[in-house]
Formats: sequence, structure tokens, C-alpha cells
Amino acid sequence: MADWLSPAEWQAVALSLRVSFWATLVSLPFGILVAHALARWTFPGKQILNGLVHLPLILPPVVTGYLLLATFGRRGYVGQFLDEWFGIVVAFRWTGAALAAAVMAFPLLVRAIRLAIEAVDPKLEQAAATLGASRAMVFLTVTLPLCLPGIVAGAILAFAKAMGEFGATITFVSNIPGQTQTLPSAIYTFLQVPGGQGDAARLVVVAIVIAMAALLLSEWIARSVARRIAGT
Amino acid sequence: MTLSIRLTHAFAGFDVDVDVTAPPGVTVLFGASGSGKTTLVHAVAGLLRPDRGRIAVDDWLLLDTDAGRNLPPHRRRLGYIFQEGRLFPHLTVRQNLLYGRWFAPRDARTESLSRVVEMLGIGPLLPRRPGALSGGEKARVAIGRALLAGPRLILADEPLAALDEARKAEVLPYFERLRDEVSVPILYVSHATAEVARLATTVVALRGGRVVACGPPAQVLADVAAVGARGASSVLTARVVAHDADGLTALDTAGGPLWLPRLGALPGRTLRVRIAAQDVILSRDRPSGLSALSILSGRIADIRLGDGPGALVTLAIGDDRLTARITRRSVEALALAPGQTCHAVIKTVAVAPEDIGSGQGRDDGGRLTGPL
Repeated sequence: MADWLSPAEWQAVALSLRVSFWATLVSLPFGILVAHALARWTFPGKQILNGLVHLPLILPPVVTGYLLLATFGRRGYVGQFLDEWFGIVVAFRWTGAALAAAVMAFPLLVRAIRLAIEAVDPKLEQAAATLGASRAMVFLTVTLPLCLPGIVAGAILAFAKAMGEFGATITFVSNIPGQTQTLPSAIYTFLQVPGGQGDAARLVVVAIVIAMAALLLSEWIARSVARRIAGT
Repeated sequence: MTLSIRLTHAFAGFDVDVDVTAPPGVTVLFGASGSGKTTLVHAVAGLLRPDRGRIAVDDWLLLDTDAGRNLPPHRRRLGYIFQEGRLFPHLTVRQNLLYGRWFAPRDARTESLSRVVEMLGIGPLLPRRPGALSGGEKARVAIGRALLAGPRLILADEPLAALDEARKAEVLPYFERLRDEVSVPILYVSHATAEVARLATTVVALRGGRVVACGPPAQVLADVAAVGARGASSVLTARVVAHDADGLTALDTAGGPLWLPRLGALPGRTLRVRIAAQDVILSRDRPSGLSALSILSGRIADIRLGDGPGALVTLAIGDDRLTARITRRSVEALALAPGQTCHAVIKTVAVAPEDIGSGQGRDDGGRLTGPL
């Protein structure tokens, strides 16, 4: 089984899993915060925030990749700052691939969680407030548990999107085997070589298996959480 | 504890302007929908900020727009019982009950879970979730949850309106227990005369955003301005004497014996009985040969002629007042005048079980140890 894929191919699969995992995990708290703000708060510039969040969904991925390179590259403002103060470099590293994946998956994450938060009855939050819960406690004890299935669904969706991210990643961090060559980049590379279609097909199977597994897992988690909440 | 509410608030096409001081006990805000009762309760809870106003429980200021004070809902120390219950679906009944207690200051945790559970009879429900409860059970859990939050004031916004008659009859006695066994003042919103008669210490009748009457239930329920001629009714104090074998219960009032369909209350118990003014017939002479069993005698205290063909005649029976809605023609035919002795005929079956509650607000000491 292990020699079904070459070490380089395993490397691409492992890298993709690592990139997607971290991209999802790190963006999750921000996603919940932004989704809550969009669903429940009123503040000036709400529509602008909404637009910014959804921008990666409608921009060509290459444009997003370019913007990331301009901002987080070694010559970009944020990139320079991170390098000088913290010694962190994301350009052409796997962390950069994770950043690109996170940005691209963020709209899907926020959208799913926002819908889930909007589905929580504000009357229950009101009831919690009259019982003495501050806004933060209302969120932690009522809103968050009740929208958990949506959060799970959003996270899985974001993970799947991160697994498939190609355009922004290859623009921002290139396609370096072992460093930034994710599963889609590897498939793309095989297809550039005459006769590479067979190799590409094996990676395609891997991608399909991972996507299916993620989907089934999310269904299962969402259903068990929903059952617990419905509480019969 | 005394609750004082003074506020003005303008909605589109409707405005509320009230000044109410409620003594301890149960204060019922009574009125049709659109009369402003919910506005008042929401303002007390902090869910609505009125244009101007001042709300205080004793010297504890919840809102004073002039002084720029407006406590957020979670710092008002209230127990709000909502119409739909609003139990948290993801928590068990036990977790729901203890939710408010979590946030209550230590010295406010005076009610113990076991006492509240015992009082409301919800012990077997503790491990269940709200999704598996009946409407009446949910209402009882909601009462317990509000009580365990250690509130200084309990708000109940039409807590029975969403329940059918059988469930209402199941839950109403628990509100009577709440009133009789817990010292926290209660602000109770209702549009049902029966609930007012059974629960209220004070009634505040609202119409079109204004207070039209305020006082003890017997007074306000007989007030045509507050309830309309059709809604006028009396609240009599009666003591259970005996349960007869033929399914009737004999009670004693200041005006004579009263028979009602069999009650669950033990002999010696004092009850409040609501009698609708249109169910009372008056007679100058003591009638005989009638099918009606209960004939109470009293002295005419007041005669009010309506704009239409109707009139309201109020008898003084001991300390109670009994109002009869009859025609002006009858008033003239019988030559009724204040001061005369008169007999009131009451059909036993005209009094529904929902009109009978445990007595309170008088020195009867007749507290229920269990629901009727």
C-alpha cells in the first residue's frame, strides 16, 4: 500500500492535510467571531466587512494570490514586519500555503456559521440575559452550543476547500516539492509532463477519498450534535 | 417590596404613558392586546428602553433616563417567565433550573433546588430535556428557573396564554403557591379575568397605553371603565364548609351559603370565587321555588346605569362586593335604590373551576399546602 504512491507523492498528500488542518483550525475562532458580528451586531461598516470577507470567493484566485504576495511576501509591508520582528517568513513556505488556503476558505466558513447563528432563536438569548448572563456568557452558554452543528459543517467545508485550493497557493508560494507542493499542485505538475496522466489519476483518487471521508464525517458529527440538542 | 414604574414611550401610532406603584404581592397588568402591558414588562426587564422613565424596586434603581441610568437586563436581577417558556433546548431540565442561579450573587441563592423542585412537582423531569416535556411541564420548569435565579422581582408575561384549558388548570395553582410561599413580588401580565381574580393582590388595568383603573381585584373587576360591562365580575371570599354526597361543595359567605360543583379544597379553607356580573339575578324578596341553589343577601351599595339598556347593581355582602348586570328596565320595575336589602341568585354551574382560587390578601391564613 505504502509503495502505491511514491515518497514525493506521499509528501504532497501529507503536506495538503497539514496545510488544510492548520488553515481550518487557526481561522475557526476568527470565523466564529466575524460570523457572530455579521449575524448579531450592528456597527458602522458592517457591509464593508461583509464584502471583504466574501471577496476571495468572487476574485480570481490568482488575484488573491498576488495580493497575498504583495502583502505577506518578503517585500510586502506585513511580510517585512513579520520577518524583522518575529523572524516569521510565510512566502514560499508551507505556512504561506496554509495562509492562502485559510483566506480562500474563510468566506465558506463564515457563511455556514453565520447561517447557523441566525437560526438560533434570539428569544433564547434574551431569556439568558434576563437570568443574569452577560453578553459573553449568553454567547458561550446558549448561542455557541446551539449553532455547533453549523460550526462543524463550516469547518469541514473550509477543510475541503483548503484541500483543493490551487490558484492562490501556486501564485503566492509557488510549487516547491516538499515545501509548498500540495495535492492539487502535484496533480498539476504531473499533467505538465507527457505520460503523467496515470500518476495524476492516483492522486485524484486520493483527493476523492479524502473529500468523501470529510463529508461523511461532517454529516455524522452534525447529526449526533443535532440529536443531542433536540434532546429527546 | 414596592415596584414603581413611571414611563412614557412613543411607538408609531401608539404611545404609552403610565405611572404605577405596585405594593408587595402579585400585581397583574390587565388589558387587551395593544394596551401597553408588554411594553411595560419589557421596560422593567430592560428589553426595551423607554423614551423617558424611572423604574425602581424599592430604592434599587433599574432605570432613570433623567439620571442616565439604564441597567442592562443581566444586571437587573429578575426572574422572567416567558409565555413560550423559552427553556434552553440543549440543556437538561436540571441545567435549565440552575442556569440563572449560576449568575446570581451568593447571598441571593435563597431558594434551594430541592425545595423548588418539590414545590413545582418536577422531580421526575430533572434528567429530561425540554423537547420531551408537555406544555404544562415546560411552564412549571420556567417558573422554577426564574425563581432559582434569586430574583428581586418576578415577571410573568402571559405565562398561561399558550396553554389549553386543561394545562392552564394544571399550572395556575403553582402561581398561587408562588404568591403564597415566596416573598418575591410578582408582576404578572394577563388578559384573562379568571387569572386576575385568582392571583392578583393589585390589578392595573391598561387601555391604549394608559392606566384606566388600579386597585384590588374585586374593585377593578367590577369597574366597567376597566373591564367593560361584559367583563364585569366580582370576587367573593368563601370558606369551604363541607363536601356533599351529591357532588356539590357547600361554602359559607357573609351573605349566606353558596353551593359550587365539587372542589378539591379541604373544609375550613378560604377561597376566592369569581362570579361574572351577567350570571347574577337580583330579587327584592327572597325567592322560593327556584332551581338555583345559592341565594346571597346583601345591601345595595351602588347602581350604575349604562349608556345602553344595561345597568350594574353592586351589593355589599360583608366586606365583599357582588355586582349584578341587569337591565335598566328591571332597575325601574323593582324600584331598586341604594341601601335596600336585596337577594342575589347565583347558578351553581355558572362558576367554572378556573374561577376558584386559594384565598389570599385577607387574614384567613388559609394557605394551600398543595394545589387545589
